[in-house]
Amino acid sequence: MLSVSDLHLSFGGIKALQGVNFEAKEGEITGVIGPNGAGKTSLFNAISGFYAPDKGTVRFDGQDITDITPDKRASLGMARTFQNIALFRGMTVLDNIKLGGHTRLKTGMFSAFKYFGSARREELELRRDIEERVIDFLEIDHIRKYPITMLSYGLQKRVELARALAMRPRVLLLDEPVAGMNREETADMARFILDVQEQFGTTILLVEHDMHMVMDICSHIVVLNFGQQIASGTPAEVSKNPAVIEAYLGAAA
Amino acid sequence: MINGNLKADYGADERVLNNRNKQLFVYGSMLLLAIFPFVAGDYAMLMACKMGILLIAVVGVNVLTGYTGLVSLGHGAFVAIGAYATVVFSNLFSGLPEGILPLIVIPLAVIVSALVGIIVGLPSLRVKGLYLAVATLAASFIVTFLIEQDLFAPWTGGVNGINTPTANLLGWELDTKREMYVLITVLALTTLLAAQNLFRTRVGRAFIAIRDRDYSAEILGISLLRYKLMSFAISAAYCGLSGALFAYFYARILPEQFELDLSLELVAALIVGGMGRTMGPVFGVFIVMMVPELIKIAMGAATGGSLELARYTGPVQEIVFGLLLVTFLLKEPLGINQITDRILRSANRWPFARG
Repeated sequence: MLSVSDLHLSFGGIKALQGVNFEAKEGEITGVIGPNGAGKTSLFNAISGFYAPDKGTVRFDGQDITDITPDKRASLGMARTFQNIALFRGMTVLDNIKLGGHTRLKTGMFSAFKYFGSARREELELRRDIEERVIDFLEIDHIRKYPITMLSYGLQKRVELARALAMRPRVLLLDEPVAGMNREETADMARFILDVQEQFGTTILLVEHDMHMVMDICSHIVVLNFGQQIASGTPAEVSKNPAVIEAYLGAAA
Repeated sequence: MINGNLKADYGADERVLNNRNKQLFVYGSMLLLAIFPFVAGDYAMLMACKMGILLIAVVGVNVLTGYTGLVSLGHGAFVAIGAYATVVFSNLFSGLPEGILPLIVIPLAVIVSALVGIIVGLPSLRVKGLYLAVATLAASFIVTFLIEQDLFAPWTGGVNGINTPTANLLGWELDTKREMYVLITVLALTTLLAAQNLFRTRVGRAFIAIRDRDYSAEILGISLLRYKLMSFAISAAYCGLSGALFAYFYARILPEQFELDLSLELVAALIVGGMGRTMGPVFGVFIVMMVPELIKIAMGAATGGSLELARYTGPVQEIVFGLLLVTFLLKEPLGINQITDRILRSANRWPFARG
């Protein structure tokens, strides 16, 4: 579904990514792990189009998307969340989630001025869709009218997931979905991620530091260290790989 | 007391005037506006017309600065373009019947303004914040400079200004302030409603998204190029309409009327009223226009009509206005709209908990 081949990315002398190769298979959860500074977020930014890689390609459903802008990738069906929550703080939860529907709607400038008629029909249809498919699903109906700034960190993360789901994505990129959460919130989020996969059949690619969660929910794991891909395989394979153990725990004396 | 959220469908929940108090306020104000020309004197009429013209321009600045987060210090130029385009096109098409001339000229002035807005908006794709403000400021200097050039003087009248036509809508000649009031009020209310509608749909939401976090907007499929330029075009179009009415309202226009002073007044009104809120420009324009009047009256009463002291009225007006702006920035950065929101909230909860 989403594949990355021989991806190289550097900032001046720093080689952030050096030949990363993997495929996120359709309908499965793929995890990217690695110590701090391994290049996980750089990889995400290259996949979502914020960084132009020096070499290599990103393919989405067989189509080469290496050179297209982030907003066009969104219309192809790629959604993502950010490590440091990137919600729109001046809006309510509902408006934030509605923005996820942007690419699916058609209202132009002039029908927006008029509102009554096609724009209103479309808005109400969007409202119904996100209420029934996203807000209900993620159990955030009690906070839908709240401004973002009133919400706890865990709920903000969930609203960000809701906004991504409102896009009806085919591929969902989650950048550290449970970073900074307590055990209960982590368990909730893990359950939601599994539910998304099960109910919508979305292909999920996630970056995470919480090893328990990654090992539990991912079917395939890619390990990065200093921009290099040091391992890839099922959770069981990866956790036994000596290179991975060395990267995380240091070489045995 | 308004309690519970007793709505049976999404349509009811998406209404703007979703409670009694808001309806009372908006419909009440509209009723007052309708009665106003029958009871007001000539001076009050003049003030009302000036406010209406300024309001349309401030709504335009609100779209760009309040909602899209792109600061402009050059919107006076778009008002100028609207005003001068009205005069130039009126003279150009003087062969057409007078009654339909404004119906062609006003849309043309708005379109020209919007097109110039797109050009001025191009730097916004690269620069933000203060840098963009300076770029728009430069653009406004260029516009007034061009209007004043001798080369264009045959059309624009150069530094001496030019006489403007009288609006004539299908044979109805709007040659008094009271008649212009009707046109200005109808257009001001329509444009205010249009702006409100814009922010109930994907287009307006995209603007706010760009203001709040541009990279996040992009990831949701919002093209920054398209929407930033659209925002510039819409706000310039509003200012162009304001300029067209300005030209029809006054007998003569001068380039100096559209310089930095006007651009700053637009931004000041927006800040005082409340950025990024529908009613912000309304409250802002009201304060910006009424406070100097009140000071004038107060100074008149205090000095007892002495001519000796009357010359201090101007400076006092400016000082008080400056203090007002600073007070708002410090105490109520979200403007009067924030205060009215609080009042409305406690009205909804009355007679129980306030706040």
